[in-house]
Amino acid sequence: MRAYTPKDNVQAKPYYTDRFWVAPQVAKHDVSSDAVFESDLNALKSKFEILDAYIQVEQMVVVINAADNFAVLDMLKNSLQYNQLSEMSAIDWLAKEGKFEIFYQMLSMSKRKRLRIKCKIDEKESIQSVEKLFRCADWSEREMYDMFGVVVNNHPFMKRILMPDDWEGFPLRKTYPLQGDEFAAWYEVDKIFGKEAREIIGPENRDPARIDRYDTERFARLGHEVPRGVDITNGEPDTPLVYQEKNGAFLITKFDPETSVTITDRNR
Amino acid sequence: MAQHQVNYLKDGGLPVALTTIDKVVNWGRSNSLWALTYGLACCGIEMMASGASRYDFDRFGTIFRASPRQAELMIVAGTLTKKHAEFIRRLYDQMTEPKWVISMGSCANTGGMFNTYATVQGVDRVIPVDLYLPGCAPRPETLQYGVMMLQQKIRRESASRAQKPKRLL
Repeated sequence: MRAYTPKDNVQAKPYYTDRFWVAPQVAKHDVSSDAVFESDLNALKSKFEILDAYIQVEQMVVVINAADNFAVLDMLKNSLQYNQLSEMSAIDWLAKEGKFEIFYQMLSMSKRKRLRIKCKIDEKESIQSVEKLFRCADWSEREMYDMFGVVVNNHPFMKRILMPDDWEGFPLRKTYPLQGDEFAAWYEVDKIFGKEAREIIGPENRDPARIDRYDTERFARLGHEVPRGVDITNGEPDTPLVYQEKNGAFLITKFDPETSVTITDRNR
Repeated sequence: MAQHQVNYLKDGGLPVALTTIDKVVNWGRSNSLWALTYGLACCGIEMMASGASRYDFDRFGTIFRASPRQAELMIVAGTLTKKHAEFIRRLYDQMTEPKWVISMGSCANTGGMFNTYATVQGVDRVIPVDLYLPGCAPRPETLQYGVMMLQQKIRRESASRAQKPKRLL
């Protein structure tokens, strides 16, 4: 939870953020504090190398070697009753330690427990698919490949799922710019009209604060606004809204709001 | 027969109205704008509401068609992603001339709040647009007003000369 700050005069205070503020970590508890998790962990420890294990927010987190991922999930599903894979994906830690973290969030309906398996792989390393155990991993692994570029071995259909097939780059990596690299900026132009059309169509306008020269004529000017209700007409007559131009449509009579009557009394 | 007898003495005598080919053709075109169903995002809901009974586009002659061959108006209602850009261009090319495009809502106009790698920053980068509707999402009244403005634009155009195909290039 964030520390409480008084909200009385938030506007008066200058906006200030601490650049060196580090988010506090959620407290980690020892696995022995939960009997169910402890027996699960002991079962895992008897077969696999466990790098780290702790309980965080009532869920056990187990860090394993990446090579063991299929066997660990197989054991969790078939002998430890963790029969649902709620979620799986990757986390980009390339800048910090040059690795991807792959996590598998498991749920046991019978034990009413949630457990998270984590493992780390290098940037170019690939990981074994768990699609044979959990069908839902099919699309999750494709998305992981699509967004991070983590190649999954033995996947039945290893292909991008969200981005176009000919897309370059992996958008959820921290190094990928939010507004796209050069390939992304010209993607639709290159694909539809070809690279020659770049000069004709021009670059994207990515500046939300860009001011069009004609906006000053079409809309109120910044810095020249007047309070609501102030008369700015300088005596010019009002132009009524018309839906039908004069002599516009053949055989259709123009609706003239000036000669028409607005009925306000519903029971007349 | 007798009850439909024409009064030749009224309104100049003959049951004949004189006008130009341009006006008749444009009158026909502007009052039977068949629109392609092109709901891409939440603006599509407003577009569907405009077509349904409460706002009732049928009375303008605007009927939504599911085929580009039968449509002459494309209402781009929603966010255009880069993945979809080639398909909107293909569907636009498949529509028969003359054809018009309404760009509906902030996302279709400029990319809107999706200032990201995956969104086309305005459909006019891909297809030529006749009318831009502001709003997020524009209400059905706005779309109705926009279609009426487009009808006015069509009636101002010349119908007789072959229309130049509108292209970005």
